[in-house]
Amino acid sequence: MAKEPKGPMDESIDQRGKEKEPDKDSGRGINRRIFLGAMATMGGAVVLGRPTKSHAAGDFEGYPNSFGLLTDLTACVGCRSCEKACNEENKLPAPAKPFDDSSVFEEKRMPTQKAYTIVNKYENPKDKDKPIYRKIQCNHCKEPACLTSCPIHAYSKTPEGAVKYDQDLCFGCRYCMTACPFYIPAYDYWSALEPKIMKCTMCLPRVKAGKMTACAEACPVGAITFGKREELIKIARERIDNNPGKYVNHIYGEYEVGGTNWLYLSGVPFDQVGFPTNLPKKPLIEETKGFLSAVPVVLTAWPALFGTIYAALRHREDIDKEEKEGKKEEVKK
Amino acid sequence: MSTNMAVTPEKPQGNFRSWFMDKLLMGMTWPDYMRSLITPFNIVAAIILSIGLPLIAMRFMFGLYVVTHASNDYPWGLYLGWGLFGGVPLSATGFVMATAYYIFGFKRYHPILRLGVLTGFLGYLFAVIYLLIDLGRPWRIYYPMIIGFGTQSVLFLVAWHVATYLTVQLVEFSPAILEWLKSQRVRRWAVMLTIGMTIAGIILSTLHQSALGAMYLLVPGKLHPLWYSSYIPVLFLASSIYAALAMVIMVSTLSIRFLKNRTDQTFRESLPKLTLGLGQGAAVGMYVYFIFKLISIAHDNNWHYLTTGYGYWFLLELLGFVLVPALLFTYGVKKQNVGVVRFAGFYAVVGIILNRINVSIIALNWNLPHHLTHIIPPWTEAMAVLSIATIHILLFRWILNRMPVLHADPDYEAH
Repeated sequence: MAKEPKGPMDESIDQRGKEKEPDKDSGRGINRRIFLGAMATMGGAVVLGRPTKSHAAGDFEGYPNSFGLLTDLTACVGCRSCEKACNEENKLPAPAKPFDDSSVFEEKRMPTQKAYTIVNKYENPKDKDKPIYRKIQCNHCKEPACLTSCPIHAYSKTPEGAVKYDQDLCFGCRYCMTACPFYIPAYDYWSALEPKIMKCTMCLPRVKAGKMTACAEACPVGAITFGKREELIKIARERIDNNPGKYVNHIYGEYEVGGTNWLYLSGVPFDQVGFPTNLPKKPLIEETKGFLSAVPVVLTAWPALFGTIYAALRHREDIDKEEKEGKKEEVKK
Repeated sequence: MSTNMAVTPEKPQGNFRSWFMDKLLMGMTWPDYMRSLITPFNIVAAIILSIGLPLIAMRFMFGLYVVTHASNDYPWGLYLGWGLFGGVPLSATGFVMATAYYIFGFKRYHPILRLGVLTGFLGYLFAVIYLLIDLGRPWRIYYPMIIGFGTQSVLFLVAWHVATYLTVQLVEFSPAILEWLKSQRVRRWAVMLTIGMTIAGIILSTLHQSALGAMYLLVPGKLHPLWYSSYIPVLFLASSIYAALAMVIMVSTLSIRFLKNRTDQTFRESLPKLTLGLGQGAAVGMYVYFIFKLISIAHDNNWHYLTTGYGYWFLLELLGFVLVPALLFTYGVKKQNVGVVRFAGFYAVVGIILNRINVSIIALNWNLPHHLTHIIPPWTEAMAVLSIATIHILLFRWILNRMPVLHADPDYEAH
């Protein structure tokens, strides 16, 4: 592992050895410096190869033909048919309260390991009698923070648009949960041997088979539209343009954290219905790229820098020693 | 030096019983040793462990919910907030002391060098132990090394560096273990590795101390703007350096207070002066960090947050737990008052833990409803953490009682 950096580093240390080495230096000194270089290389080499690749991620435009979904909050009536369909499709356990029980709206819920999608109720500032319902599930970011944060690559972004999680690669650090700007990944804390992340899969098997997601199919009022993400943006834009005053002029998910495959239209500002509105437009991985690209610099510059400081210290000690011995000899004479 | 630390004449080979008594029972017989263990501290420790260890066992039998919040909004609690994010900066002692001594030539600090290295090694070891309890499937701990390479992840970097650095620190501390075991030849090998290991330690520490901060770069929407900063890797690194100096002050103070019979004359006589020196270094480090913190607020123009509730909390951390201990260090050094410097050392250590808990627990998710009630840990989590911390102290004491750390081994005067 990490053979390449050894060359330049050894070279730099050789050069330094030649430059700093007074010709009269003892063989022991040279050995020590070469040894020092070798050790520094070894120490660094353990980690060298990998992080140098880490900033090579480059820009990712997203898969051009990926699918997505558009939720129209003005159309949703809070029937929870999507919750029921999702539960059946993913063979999740039966909920504590049945799907037609509207008392669940008394609290703000989030997806859990037992429910990949949930619907919450919000008061409508425009019309008190017409509450707003919002469906919450994984937004399937174009450049997901969960994927970025995972140290084992348990997440992948499929060409269909889904953010897929593989429990066989997961060791359960839960950094993806911390990293997700939408608080989506849920963890099965109740399993001792096979705990795993559970979240919306965008019905990947169905989508691959040419079908739409279970929730979109189940929606009786057409609040969830399934289609190519690029088409959905056009549809959303048309709805905003053709219905003046009905929507706020914003497609949530078009640009948030680099864009998501799940998009939203709302009649009220998104922060009034619980959407995080303090997110950057660029993908969250951009925030760490600067740090990661500094890593190779430290790995290569530090051994040379601190090696030189050490060499200078030993040089100083040699001079002091010679001066001392010199004085002693003078005294003897 | 106490009579227990018997200078060991070469024992006849194969005499396991005398080796065992000498090395593990500190020269006592079993009954004597057992009697010596009955102290108030040990009784308290035993009570804590008798509650905490069964809880940890239950965690592995029934799942993480036994000892955590089991919350999807709050995936990390005290294990990482206290054990990893709080423990790792305080474990920079090994890297800071070894660098100062071997690379920069602060040769006077020799008597406390090994104490620094041991503090660092055990700190990392226990950070990993906390992590192993918190990981969903800890038996897969090696996965980032072999199974899947998430090179775009800052945590990948942390995983590699902590694993590598733990090994490096074991090698750095191994001469003490080998002197204790009287293994001359292996010790010579270990000592030869010292400089290489020290430089490896600088690289690994620089990177992963800052990487722990960089992990939070991913959460601009979740971490309060006063703590979220693009400078957070630098802030974590800068604070870890003074944290290390304060931690050495704290550990050496505790050692001379509670384990005086394990120290030698050199240690006892040099410690007050060295403490002043460490205090001076810590003060400089804290002023640098303080300026960095101000720059980080100015950079994002976050001044207006200072007048909110979180702003007052932030000011308490920055003024009360960075600036005040820094001024105390300065005062203590100026007046040559070792007591004040020691107090400031303990104070600064608390400040570091407060900062890391703030970043990882208190200021994270600040905009969730009922946030402050959600971050109170369940009692089971607090007990499990307390047990691990207790084992940490017990192991630390076990080593200091036996190995040449606070005193030089008579057979190896110069190491």
